[in-house]
Amino acid sequence: MFCGVPLGAPHVFIKIFGEVIAVSESISEKIASFWLDEKKRSIVFQLLVICIVGLFAWYLISNTVQNLHRQHIATGFGFLKKPASFEIGESLIPYSSSDTYAKALLVGALNTVKVSFVGIIITVILGTFIGIARLSSNWLISRLAAIYIEVMQDIPVLLQLFFWYAIFYETLPGPRQAICPVDGVYICNRGFIFPIPKYHPAYGYAFLAFIVACVAVYILRKWAKRRQDLTGKTFPVFRVSLALILGLPLIVWFAYGAPIVMDIPRIQGFNFVGGTSFTPEFMALLLGLVLYTAAFVAEIVRAGIQSVSKGQWEAALAMGLTHSQVLRLVVLPQALRVIVPPLTSQMLNLTKNSSLAVAIGYPDFVSVANTTINQTGQSIEGIALIMLVYLIFSLSTSAFMNWYNKKVKLVER
Amino acid sequence: MTENEAVVKPPPSDIGILGWLRKNLFNTWYNSLLTIVTIFFLWKSIPPFIKWAFFDAAWFSPPKVCRQIDGACWSVITKNIRFILFGFYPYEQQWRPLIAMLILFALLYYSKERSHWNKRLFYYWLVGLAVMGILMKGGIFGLPSVESTKWGGLPLTLLLSVFGLTAAYPLGVILALGRRSKMPAIKTLCVLYIELIRGVPLISLLFMGSIIFPLFLPEGITISKILRAQVAIILFTAAYIAEVVRGGLQAIPKGQYEAAASLGLNYYLTMRLIILPQALRIVIPPTVSVLISAFKDTSLVVIIALYDVLKTTQTVLSDPQWMGFSREAYIFLAILYFLGCFSMSQFSRKLEKELDTGR
Repeated sequence: MFCGVPLGAPHVFIKIFGEVIAVSESISEKIASFWLDEKKRSIVFQLLVICIVGLFAWYLISNTVQNLHRQHIATGFGFLKKPASFEIGESLIPYSSSDTYAKALLVGALNTVKVSFVGIIITVILGTFIGIARLSSNWLISRLAAIYIEVMQDIPVLLQLFFWYAIFYETLPGPRQAICPVDGVYICNRGFIFPIPKYHPAYGYAFLAFIVACVAVYILRKWAKRRQDLTGKTFPVFRVSLALILGLPLIVWFAYGAPIVMDIPRIQGFNFVGGTSFTPEFMALLLGLVLYTAAFVAEIVRAGIQSVSKGQWEAALAMGLTHSQVLRLVVLPQALRVIVPPLTSQMLNLTKNSSLAVAIGYPDFVSVANTTINQTGQSIEGIALIMLVYLIFSLSTSAFMNWYNKKVKLVER
Repeated sequence: MTENEAVVKPPPSDIGILGWLRKNLFNTWYNSLLTIVTIFFLWKSIPPFIKWAFFDAAWFSPPKVCRQIDGACWSVITKNIRFILFGFYPYEQQWRPLIAMLILFALLYYSKERSHWNKRLFYYWLVGLAVMGILMKGGIFGLPSVESTKWGGLPLTLLLSVFGLTAAYPLGVILALGRRSKMPAIKTLCVLYIELIRGVPLISLLFMGSIIFPLFLPEGITISKILRAQVAIILFTAAYIAEVVRGGLQAIPKGQYEAAASLGLNYYLTMRLIILPQALRIVIPPTVSVLISAFKDTSLVVIIALYDVLKTTQTVLSDPQWMGFSREAYIFLAILYFLGCFSMSQFSRKLEKELDTGR
């Protein structure tokens, strides 16, 4: 019995010791396993990053609030309702300096839309031509297109805008000596002046007829597709649609006696009366944006056309499709899949680059917002508005892009 | 050799210059028509332009003489070249930015060769940038100090683009990795940043830099206008680089990640040793095109009244003496920008070819 004690004591000690070690081991194991668990580790890391970003944002905001308070600048969008008291050179809607800032900004936004819309249409047409010219078998044409693309891509668009603006202001003559390429069309330092048709009710009805024709074409296409699916018979949809869309408005126009009275501009005193005009600022902006972006569009179109292999043409022709059917059913759908996504991003680039208007005095959204900021001192709100407007443009474009990508995606098995 | 076996030469119209002309310019009737019309237009436009730009031009004459001639007045450039290139930098100190630019060009030229891409090059750049900074700023080694408000012209343009890209590149890589991350919070933050920046024009960021950045800082601290514009350019370029790098990351096959994981590499090592070296190499050509547009975009600082090379030119043009010679001045600038961008795009093409054969 007695000898058991000295024997037992070390045993107990060891046991206690063992437990101590075991406990400390389990703690370090727990910590280790916590760090080895990817999920827990990532949660800690994310919390850390959010904290840092949040703290940084809080620091900036608190500084800003203090600074604004010190400079006695009121925040908020209340200034939008005050009268703007500045004139805007050109406007799509009636505007005077007694209107509110909100209306001035709307005028600016509409001007941005105007130059972007016109610019995008011309750019796509011009860019497609240059892209096709780049692939031409004619050596001269192909070389010229290549030179155009390389040179235009390598000169900043702002420099191009300044250049065209200078051409309009310095090089072109005044209204009395205006260059007149075609009767009724004048180019001078007041801008680009051209005739427009005088208003006649027939145009309204012709437009109505055009919409009716569009609806009819839509229905016709659906019907033709269903018939082809059911019976295999094809219907010349394209030619009939073209005839409908062009013909219907023309018939209506003729029915009203085909009015073609034009409002032709002429010089009176020191300026033009009649017709309509684009200001030098608008023309310089449009020229600069179009010539610059067309170079990029041309590259995209060239790449798109080249991406469809020759074998596709040969295979489709061997199946007995006609030339136009090959183009419409085989080549274009494949080329467009390559062309459209970068093309939309170029359109967006053109819209964003139109903000450079502020440098040559075209009253686009950024320019009007800049004036507003200078007058009211509401810089944060003004810049937030600029960003918001462009974000709306780009988000809607990318929404369209996603929809289109889904629509044309290759369906693979 | 009998008569029948005599080699028949191709007809003279199929070979030589004549054959080339026939094949490339006059192969069909409409191509022939197109060629003739194009040559006519070129004939109408090129000779008068050459006459204007060279034969009738004034190269060094004062503005009064310039106004009497029909040709181009290049003396608007030659007489003001030092202001256009260096802006308000003190006149007798202008050798300093000149040497700084020469160092930059030498470094760029040296970096062109892929065989030079190693650690040593990195140290060369570090030393080079430090020397350039000292030359521009002064204040030590007996060089009089020059405030950054006086920096301008071409050095400013180069400074904004070189520092813009060097700082934006690592930021862009981090953002791209963040966008590909599995952690939702990180991913959301990066996507928000990239899409927000890519959705707005650079000019709005520059406005933000010049107007709102001062409000962000605590009272009493100011940072120079150039630095603010520089920050705006960096933030802008980083978003575009992030998208380019993301393309490279997506191109790496999944097997590479799995192989790295099975070797026991952690995230950092996987990225540093396996993924990024491959991904970044794939995207070198598109990165160069981001570089080109960053270089072109530095011209936008004109709008917030920084004296880059475009603004100094405009300042010269607003001098009544030199008013009306915008065409010549802008053509000169266009050539300057063209040379910069063209050499970069040629470099990118060369690189693309090299990388193509290597894979």
